[in-house]
Amino acid sequence: MHTVRVAAISALRTPSWWMPRAGSLHAHAIDSLMRTSLVTLFAFCVLAQVLLVAGMILRREQRARFSPVWRWVATGAVVLLFLWMTIIAEKLWSTIRLTLSQPQAIQVEVTGVQFQWYFRYPGPDGIYGRTKPDLIDAAGGNPLGLDPSDPHSHDDIVSSVLVLPVEQQANLQLRAQDVIHGFFLPAMRVMQNTTPGRMSEIHLTPIRTGEYAIVCSQVCGLGHYRMHAVLRVVSAQQFATWLAQREAAQAER
Amino acid sequence: MFATSHRVVGVQYLLLALAAVVAGTVLSLLMRWHLAWSDARLPGWGMVKPEDYLALVTLHGTLMIFFVATAAPQNGLASLVLPEQLGGRYSSHSTTNDAARMALPLLNAFSVWLTALALVSLLATPFLPGGAAISGWTSYPPLSAVPSAGPGQGYGMDGWLLAIALFCIGSLCSAVSVIATVITRRMRGMQWMEMPLTAWSWFVAACMELPAFSVLLAACGMLFSDRHLGASFFFPPIDVVNGLVLRHAGGSPLLWQNLFWFFGHPEVYIAALPAMGLTTTLLATFSGRRILNYRAMVASTISIGLLGFAVWGHHMFVSGMNPYASRAFGVATIAIAIPSSIEVIQWLATILAGGLRRATPLLFTLGFVSLFITGGATGPILAQPILDSFVHNTFFVVAHFHLIMSMAGVFALFAGIYYWFPLLTGRVMSERLGRWHFWLSLIGAYAVFFPMHFAGLAGEPRHYAQLTGTASYLENLLPLQRWITVAAFILAAAQLLFFWNLLKSLTRGTLAASNPWNASTLEWCSPEEERKDLPPVAS
Repeated sequence: MHTVRVAAISALRTPSWWMPRAGSLHAHAIDSLMRTSLVTLFAFCVLAQVLLVAGMILRREQRARFSPVWRWVATGAVVLLFLWMTIIAEKLWSTIRLTLSQPQAIQVEVTGVQFQWYFRYPGPDGIYGRTKPDLIDAAGGNPLGLDPSDPHSHDDIVSSVLVLPVEQQANLQLRAQDVIHGFFLPAMRVMQNTTPGRMSEIHLTPIRTGEYAIVCSQVCGLGHYRMHAVLRVVSAQQFATWLAQREAAQAER
Repeated sequence: MFATSHRVVGVQYLLLALAAVVAGTVLSLLMRWHLAWSDARLPGWGMVKPEDYLALVTLHGTLMIFFVATAAPQNGLASLVLPEQLGGRYSSHSTTNDAARMALPLLNAFSVWLTALALVSLLATPFLPGGAAISGWTSYPPLSAVPSAGPGQGYGMDGWLLAIALFCIGSLCSAVSVIATVITRRMRGMQWMEMPLTAWSWFVAACMELPAFSVLLAACGMLFSDRHLGASFFFPPIDVVNGLVLRHAGGSPLLWQNLFWFFGHPEVYIAALPAMGLTTTLLATFSGRRILNYRAMVASTISIGLLGFAVWGHHMFVSGMNPYASRAFGVATIAIAIPSSIEVIQWLATILAGGLRRATPLLFTLGFVSLFITGGATGPILAQPILDSFVHNTFFVVAHFHLIMSMAGVFALFAGIYYWFPLLTGRVMSERLGRWHFWLSLIGAYAVFFPMHFAGLAGEPRHYAQLTGTASYLENLLPLQRWITVAAFILAAAQLLFFWNLLKSLTRGTLAASNPWNASTLEWCSPEEERKDLPPVAS
């Protein structure tokens, strides 16, 4: 009985048809604004529909005296609502997107390719090695075209899983090789397109360990629907171990 | 067939849109079927491949946005009604009392022929080698610029570009013709501020068509040059597609998005303004009152037309453009919600005053208002970059634009057809069938598109061919998507009532009085009545 109740409560908390449980620091702020906006706008929408139905039912002699003053009051209310929503949302935009990432943030380069995500860590030297388009060879184990003649490339780690430590900021550099892809992490409330020829950055701080879906949100070809990867958020210690293992494997090559 | 009479051209536009809407609906049902039951074979098709699904999406979107939402309410209804609504028989530019006509009848007729050619080009693309284009109705390069980026991106994409270019030229011709008609073919003495709001809407939307379709035409030319003439407007300097390194002088894929949405967002209002004008007019007619606040309505229409060109960036919040630009576009987008809200409040005030005569055109008008409000309510969320960057390109957006643009637009179109049917045929469409058609469509529209908000909030991206074999959380949304598919089939089936009504009423409908709705606009005025009130010719 108890387990049933727990299952029922957890189903109520995060139903499959609602925003997934927030997994990043900024996601809570976004969710709270999203809920407030949805509820307020839904209330306005319902009120308007009720008035509409009332107008259909009312006969002329029963008509509500809807003087011009009320029309302008209603307009004023809507304008104030929009103004309020804009101010709050723009403040949040400033806090989340108009700030630079911390210098000590984990750096990861994300590359979208038809129909796969690759994640590159710069390794102990902290510098990404050079890449050359002519060296790109996914089947041969060099999907990003790392140039072996550049010493910085020797310690670069290329992974098909994005591993991040919990409660530490990560700064992602987004790129694409071929066409535009959409880097979408629903649980982190992160979405940004990756565009060939351009690099854009986005930073986030995961707050909960676990595995989260990464999908593609910009139509990119026939495999668009299956272009997905996993974000694994682990403890700082597990992250250090994972990184050390990958570095050792890289050094052996 | 090649007549230049404004009514013939108007009817041709409507028939063309009818063909497009039937094709687009059938495609959407195939899409819905495949999304809900991906492993099922479609009768007469077999297994639907992911690229087939994307081709269906692309064709559906292109057909509906261009050949239905633009061709019918703006280019079509304007041609059908505008000249008579302006009292064009007695325009100040005609020395003798000639028949009401568009100012440039040949250009107007030319526009519909080009549009028909465009439709044929588009519908031919699935039969080209490689099939139809798969990059969606927005066709972002490099996916749309490199033939090897996917099936359908070769000949199919060229066919798509040809169809859109032809459509652009056709709509430009129609726009010039509508603008010239409003300026020169008004009845003697009719001032600008005495024009019906439908005429104002067609005029403002036509003024929007000129820059919007010119820019899209240029963008299509640029993309064609990138594909075949070695240009690199939209190519990055280095692009590696399918292991093939493509080097170009270097342009920007973002340039296409700026050009496309500079057309794309005004396009939304080109489709919506005629519907909004028609709603204002019909609410006044069926409530037997004057239009509330005529000046505010005209001002709202014009400011929507102007602001419509300042908001295109809200389609690009996640494109990687400067976040300060996102802020500017977010604020401009909220600004455009204000004139739209003013119009909604005036409509509600008219409706609340009561005493509405309940006829089918009124029902569809009320349906338009309801759907416009519900679809519009999510607008302020999508206008905010911080909220949009979670629901962008998910089913939340699909729900938003289908409610406000497609469903509301189609309801206004139905209102227009039920309303002007007696003007064209002398008969009234069946009320009983009309009511069934209305209620089934209204319930169907909400049943299909309202649940999509939840799929979007759960993080389901659009353009996904199937929900199995992808990220596991998407499989949980299958029951919701199956419900939507079932509702979509019912909604589509309800439209058969409309066709039955149309065919039946053409031959057996009740004969209509000369002004069956007691309308106050001039298209319903018999020539004798017009002459009575005609001001003397100034000499």
